[in-house]
Amino acid sequence: MTSATMAMDAPFEKSPGFWASVWRRFKRDKTALFASAMILLLILIAIFGPWLAPADPYQASMLKRLKPIGFEGFLLGSDELGRDMVSRLLVGARLSLFMGITPVVMAFIIGSLIGVFAGYVGGAVNTVTMRTIDVFYAFPSVLLAIALSGALGAGITNALISLTIVFIPPIARVAEAVTAQVRGRDFVEAARASGANAFTIVRVHVLGNVLGPIFVYATSLIAVSMILASGLSFLGLGVKPPEPEWGLMLNTLRTAIYTQPWVAALPGLMIFITSISFNMLADGLRSAMDVKS
Amino acid sequence: MSTPLLEIRGLIKHFPIAGKTFSFGKSKASVQAVDDISFSVMAGETLGVVGESGCGKSTTARLLMHLINPGAGEIVFDGKPVGSAGLSHKEFHRQVQMVFQDSYSSLNPRLTIEESIAFAPQVHGTPKREAIQRARDLLDRVGLEPRRFAARYPHELSGGQRQRINIARALALRPRVVILDEAVSALDKSVEAQVLNLLQDLKDEFSLTYVFISHDLNVVRYVSDRVMVMYLGKIVEMGQTEAIFRDASHPYSKALLASMPALDPDDRTETPPLAGDPPNPINPPSGCRFHTRCAMAEGICAQRAPALAPTATNHVVSCLMFEAGSGHTQSLKAAV
Repeated sequence: MTSATMAMDAPFEKSPGFWASVWRRFKRDKTALFASAMILLLILIAIFGPWLAPADPYQASMLKRLKPIGFEGFLLGSDELGRDMVSRLLVGARLSLFMGITPVVMAFIIGSLIGVFAGYVGGAVNTVTMRTIDVFYAFPSVLLAIALSGALGAGITNALISLTIVFIPPIARVAEAVTAQVRGRDFVEAARASGANAFTIVRVHVLGNVLGPIFVYATSLIAVSMILASGLSFLGLGVKPPEPEWGLMLNTLRTAIYTQPWVAALPGLMIFITSISFNMLADGLRSAMDVKS
Repeated sequence: MSTPLLEIRGLIKHFPIAGKTFSFGKSKASVQAVDDISFSVMAGETLGVVGESGCGKSTTARLLMHLINPGAGEIVFDGKPVGSAGLSHKEFHRQVQMVFQDSYSSLNPRLTIEESIAFAPQVHGTPKREAIQRARDLLDRVGLEPRRFAARYPHELSGGQRQRINIARALALRPRVVILDEAVSALDKSVEAQVLNLLQDLKDEFSLTYVFISHDLNVVRYVSDRVMVMYLGKIVEMGQTEAIFRDASHPYSKALLASMPALDPDDRTETPPLAGDPPNPINPPSGCRFHTRCAMAEGICAQRAPALAPTATNHVVSCLMFEAGSGHTQSLKAAV
């Protein structure tokens, strides 16, 4: 067999794609892996919570109010209506995660569209779009969420809408910035020089280079969204009682902070664990996707 | 001489000074990057474009590619004006392609090499399978083994390899004209020589026409049939390569060529041929734009702008010394 035929038989050399190399770096990041495990666990709890709960989370008992952690029959104590905290925390995971993640996903889609459009088109269109976005960005996010929720009226849907609106401006700004940066690169010029239309260029050459950074940024917003959603529920603008949701539970239990401080702090602890996990995940993704080297 | 394949008439590009999006109606200052240039490129030739940094070489290239819109002017390709009436921009792009200077920035880091090369043919309606096959053939043609390189990503390759890929991409549409904007300037000398030889081979094989933009005079002399010298957005001299390099007429061309280091130590020049930086293109000098740095400048040069005038066959120069009766004391020379 000659070397020429051997070369003919040889398969095409493949190199790992971008996402494969991101995963390779991500795997080495212990903090990020731990955060991913935590998030996976939380998602499992959100899905299977109702089956995992040892008791009925709505079952109140006036005689067993505000029991401490480890009280017989109440592993993590009971709340101000004598409902089992374990069950409420487990069942509440679904609603809490849903309230935290949904607005960010919606804002990721809408904000990316706006930002990529403004960043790619540039010029006066960009100025008008981004300055309009800046008007919303000028409000503190908590204030804007409360104002919008208040104006729309209490309820889960309205809370989700107002949180989505709160997160569109920051995502759009990041999307606009990375798109404008990619747009100036020569490969976009080369694509234009090939006669491709703007839509094709954005689809093939721009999106692949901008969605990663936007996604990382959006992941870090999930933590904020969790806290804001809890805040809205805390103020009575989001989830309504008796639904178990961590923010709302924190609100109702705050009156018991002197009687049962540990029980009262539990929903806050859950929010804290969730948001810090998403933050660490975003950090890990960010460094894993940094392929400047 | 064959017919001009590409004709540029009265091309102008003034960039308004940025940062004033909402200043309507005000007369804004602008950078006069390219100011009324006309030239033609013959089929099968290599036209070298030289000049200092900021003289408008790259702007000319980008205007040719319609990457930026010209303020005024017309581009005629193969007898047909480019634009609404004649040749469509898309068809023009199929015929005229460009290789960029920065080999890294000009390749999409998320696409494999064959995908990058196959993109343009797909835009023009070639089925994906066929476009990929063409990309692999071209990789082979530019000296990169397709089996090793087709599925790789740009960051895994060296600068020379990436520039070969950029050349392959420019050829993927089977264009007739390739604009090389400092295409070899960022490469090592040895790699540069390889790529130049490759360009020469490809030119013969695909009967290409090159517009070769570079600041490296030795390279331009090596590859070009004709040379165009630019200064501050204007063409100052244009002619056969040997005529320009042996017998430059314009004082700027002379100074530019004198800046080439001589290999003979006895021939060394120690005084810089040109002092200072080019004037600000926002507010270019009146009359002849070169008069502020020209050794031969006289009073008239600040008042009257010279036109491109022929001095010999296929040799034009824009200088009052070569315009009969221009008022310059040396202008009689031209009449002789």
